[in-house]
Amino acid sequence: MIEAVLETRGLSKAFGALQATDDVSITLLPGEIHAVIGPNGAGKSTLIAQISGALSPDRGTVLLDGTDITDQSTPARAQAGLARTFQISQLAMEDTVLQNALLGALGARGRPWRMLRPALADNDLRMRAEAALDRVGLTDVLRMRTAELSHGQRRQLEVAVALTLRPRAFVMDEPMAGLGTEGSARLTGLLDGLRAEAPILLVEHDMDAVFALADRISVLVYGKVVATGTVDEIRADRVVREAYLGEEA
Amino acid sequence: MTRETLFNLVVLAGLIALPLYAHLADEPFTITLATRAVILALAAVGLNIALGIGGLVSLGHAIFFGIGGYAMGILAFHAQSFVPLMAWPFVIEGTKSMPVIWLVAVVASGLAALVVGLLSLRTSGVYFIMITLAFGQMFYYFTISWAAYGGEDGMSIYVRNGFPGLNTLVPIQFYGICLVLLCLVLAFNAALVRSPFGLALNAARQVPDRVRAVGLNPFRLRLVAFTISGAVTGLAGALFADLNRFVSPSMFSWQLSGELIVLVIIGGTARLFGPVVGAVVFVALEHYLGGVSDYWHVWFGLLLLLIVLFGKGGLIGLIAGRTRAHD
Repeated sequence: MIEAVLETRGLSKAFGALQATDDVSITLLPGEIHAVIGPNGAGKSTLIAQISGALSPDRGTVLLDGTDITDQSTPARAQAGLARTFQISQLAMEDTVLQNALLGALGARGRPWRMLRPALADNDLRMRAEAALDRVGLTDVLRMRTAELSHGQRRQLEVAVALTLRPRAFVMDEPMAGLGTEGSARLTGLLDGLRAEAPILLVEHDMDAVFALADRISVLVYGKVVATGTVDEIRADRVVREAYLGEEA
Repeated sequence: MTRETLFNLVVLAGLIALPLYAHLADEPFTITLATRAVILALAAVGLNIALGIGGLVSLGHAIFFGIGGYAMGILAFHAQSFVPLMAWPFVIEGTKSMPVIWLVAVVASGLAALVVGLLSLRTSGVYFIMITLAFGQMFYYFTISWAAYGGEDGMSIYVRNGFPGLNTLVPIQFYGICLVLLCLVLAFNAALVRSPFGLALNAARQVPDRVRAVGLNPFRLRLVAFTISGAVTGLAGALFADLNRFVSPSMFSWQLSGELIVLVIIGGTARLFGPVVGAVVFVALEHYLGGVSDYWHVWFGLLLLLIVLFGKGGLIGLIAGRTRAHD
């Protein structure tokens, strides 16, 4: 059996009477894009928060490369190789595009205590940051202030920062959020190539992107995984059609 | 060269030329005013490291200013009274040597900032402001009741402390010492902003979640920044005490913490020379408006109001435009 890179086992989290995630067990295998879909309020954000360390689960465990990381802080998880992107871009808007990528490279290296030499003169950091920006196609706007980027470029930068970590696994929270058809297509192409570097757990509303990218799909409804399977299996699944896809059709 | 750099150089040239002119024209009081401005600038530069880059609005920086002052006061008091500071288990004598006093002031205020930071940086926003204020009040009332060192009356030091090779009693020489220290700290500050640490601290202010997500701990970044900030303000406190040859609990007062924030805001938050411009304007207005009316604070308040309302980058923002993203 193939060892999962990222795995949740029986992850549960309740807010008062609301069971936001209910016994969620998901695996992310090497080289795959595993999409998590579900209607609004299905618990996708809560799931991501528990995987990335922003929320601690009531029950269940999160494993990265077979190691239990449930009790580790968000920074420790990132150091261990978990790179997340945010649904709402979390970028230092006053800084340049390059500086945002440098921050990722700095985080990957750890020890951010150097105070006398400029970060830009640090070739190791800079090469890592520029490589990631090149990968997402932002080389032309390196020196631009992040606030001046288009929404689509910001979404690309989100991915670039995650790339600078050279992670074991990506966790992406609606990377297509707010993108038009063209931007969505560009990012889909980008993510498609990324799975060779590290598998992606992809939470996404854009069904075209999900069906184009996903190797496997898990459907989350009221905090529970109601189905997991290939794109074709999920499309054919009666329960899923009723619970989710049916609403859109 | 950017407009801001040019403007900073003009300010620096003024800080060199004006006191030199006053020295030649034999106006020692002007030099004393300039010294006061430079020392307050140094204290505010310290605050700006926490407030400007780190976004930490500390209403307790008088703690570090006061500790620096008392470091000077206590060491010099024991030196002038020939009573050792400590007799057991080993003897520690007082000292009148500025470099030693500075070292003690920086270490003591840095340690205090580390402890205050550890306890207060868990909070943010208004709670952080209130906790730092509370710590400030604790130190203030402690020194008031510290009878061994003058309590409420403070301590007078009869002769200014010495610096090897200089005569610190000559106003222009003491001014030179303060200006050189300010320039060294400004150079450090400029390097810090561009460094990996500055990058991470700056990001921790804007997007802490992102900083965590790339594997860094915003709390530690802020704690280190706060400690450095406190140490710099402590150094300024030691110089301030030496300027007045007097220390008292008022160095710990919350009004002083507030004044330091005002200096930073007037000059321009997170701008390298913001605190310098703020301090120069403050001291000048205090002197000249204060000569016209006892109620000069009203006019000063009006200036502050105008700057907060219309000039987001402070006076430097008005003169030199918005900051350039570093490249």
